[in-house]
Amino acid sequence: MAKVLMQKLNKHFGEVKAVRDFDLEIPDKEFMVLVGPSGCGKTTTLRMVAGLEDITSGDILIDDKVVNNLPPKDRDIAMVFQNYALYPHMTVYQNMAFGLTLRKFPKAEIEQRVKDAAEILNIKELLERKPKALSGGQRQRVAVGRAIVRKPKVFLFDEPLSNLDAKLRVQMRVELKKLHDRLQTTIIYVTHDQVEAMTMGDRIVVMKDGLKQQVGPPLELYFHPANKFVAGFIGSPAMNFMEGELASEGSALFFQGPGMKLKIPADKAAKLKDYPEKRVIFGVRPEDLPEAACAAPGETFDVIVEVMEPLGSEVYLDVKAGEHSLIARAEPTTQAKPHARLCLKPNLENLHFFDFRDEKTIV
Amino acid sequence: MRERWVEKFIKFYLPLLVFLFVLLFPFYWMFITAFKSDAELYNLKLNPFLIHEPTLQNVIMLFKETLFNQWMVNTFFVSILATLLSLGASLLAAYSIQRLRFRTSGTIGISIFFSYLVPPTILFIPLATIIFELKIWDSLWSLVLVYPTFLIPFCTWLLMGYFKSIPKEMEECAMIDGASRFRVFWQIVVPLALPGILSAGIFAFTLSWNEFLYALTFISTNTQKTVPVGLITELVRGDVYHWGPLMTGALLASVPVALVYSFFVEHYVAGMTGALKE
Repeated sequence: MAKVLMQKLNKHFGEVKAVRDFDLEIPDKEFMVLVGPSGCGKTTTLRMVAGLEDITSGDILIDDKVVNNLPPKDRDIAMVFQNYALYPHMTVYQNMAFGLTLRKFPKAEIEQRVKDAAEILNIKELLERKPKALSGGQRQRVAVGRAIVRKPKVFLFDEPLSNLDAKLRVQMRVELKKLHDRLQTTIIYVTHDQVEAMTMGDRIVVMKDGLKQQVGPPLELYFHPANKFVAGFIGSPAMNFMEGELASEGSALFFQGPGMKLKIPADKAAKLKDYPEKRVIFGVRPEDLPEAACAAPGETFDVIVEVMEPLGSEVYLDVKAGEHSLIARAEPTTQAKPHARLCLKPNLENLHFFDFRDEKTIV
Repeated sequence: MRERWVEKFIKFYLPLLVFLFVLLFPFYWMFITAFKSDAELYNLKLNPFLIHEPTLQNVIMLFKETLFNQWMVNTFFVSILATLLSLGASLLAAYSIQRLRFRTSGTIGISIFFSYLVPPTILFIPLATIIFELKIWDSLWSLVLVYPTFLIPFCTWLLMGYFKSIPKEMEECAMIDGASRFRVFWQIVVPLALPGILSAGIFAFTLSWNEFLYALTFISTNTQKTVPVGLITELVRGDVYHWGPLMTGALLASVPVALVYSFFVEHYVAGMTGALKE
């Protein structure tokens, strides 16, 4: 069991700065997810923890011991790769036993551990097969099995589910989470899929361009994003953004965009009132834009429905509010029709305002 | 239906037949000449494509009047040793150029390739000096040492391509599992690259087996000759060609190569196409 600490971690590939001043503390037993678009440095960070990539500067500590220059085999970690990286010339049993054999475990113990892992992962009947005779999901299980037999201090997962089909991915997501509950081992999990991040992580790190954007539990990132990037990246469909200006009318504060106007609730208005910039970005999630009876301008938006996406349990409405395209979530019983007019009343609890220039959250 | 068959015949079978004829006719000629007497061979009235009175006199002459057995042993000795030596060196060279990515790896890879482009007709002069200095002139060891000069570049390039097709993650995973670089090489890379290694080996063996120029220049004692050189120097006397024994020798000498190919043909194809089946 181990805690992992990264301090001022940097990785440069020539001119390209893949990871910049990355700080992160992962306590023992935590399921930490690194998420971000491709090229954001998440895999590079994971590979540095694994020892597969040299560190340009900074420190990595596992259990308070600096491991910067330790080879991968001496870090007591196990890694599951995106393409599974099973050894094709070995059977499933040999694949799983490989690491233990190298570490000179007694034969009986190797057998016991492989059997136990196979039991947990439901692959007992596959032990004598070669990887090519396995389906994608089975290969995935073997790759996980190969990692858990060693009982390492830290598990590293590099987009392990992205080669599986959608249904299997959902199933494996749950299984990996159960596995974490059972093994109680520190996990660092890299993915580009925010749904995976939200559903699996105890905490999530959102990265972009080699920089850490925000760290926190999934719902904190969802409800209190630190900037526009996190707000847009976490959540599906993504948050709606509109550019506009703050305007005072008497004691009330309004957000005014092209062809739309919204009265800002008092608590948020208090914080925005003295904001030096007039120009801001307003963000609202699709589920915070319910249909409503039309009211005075500033209370509701007037929109035109362009496309309807019925999903059964809910309907997504692609609408046009002035110049802005928005997505709103409606009940399946909605009366909305394509090309018809509609009023949306934003949920005043969950409005977000971002700085126009640096895109950081104002309130 | 009939038209389709005709089309297929013209587009596929006809070119195939022409190709096969061009490839196999020399072997057929070699085969029939081996079992003809001199009298039959030079009788222009007989149909040259058939054997009229089969005889073993050429075979007997080859084995009794020349050192053919000894030449075969010599050729095997040189080919096998040169192949093993070259494979050993190429495996390490190709792996390090492809995977270790040190500063000059790209340059070294290209210079190895360039060294393959220098023709032996130029190289044999400086090589002869080296062979003299090493005091292995007129010995089979000179060939064992010289053949790798063209085998190593060839095998290295073939293996580099093959190593490239092995996913890097597999090696990284083994390293995390606790393997050293050398163990990764032996337990993961070499078994996976086996088809590639076999094709490189077959090529190296065939190239050494058929090599003529170096064997001709560095060897002069009859007992040290390889088959290609032995046959030409002993059975072409002045302007007299002993066609019967020559063809018998050529036929027998092509048997080991044919066997090696047919034995490994599946791996060989996989090795050429660089296919790594997971």
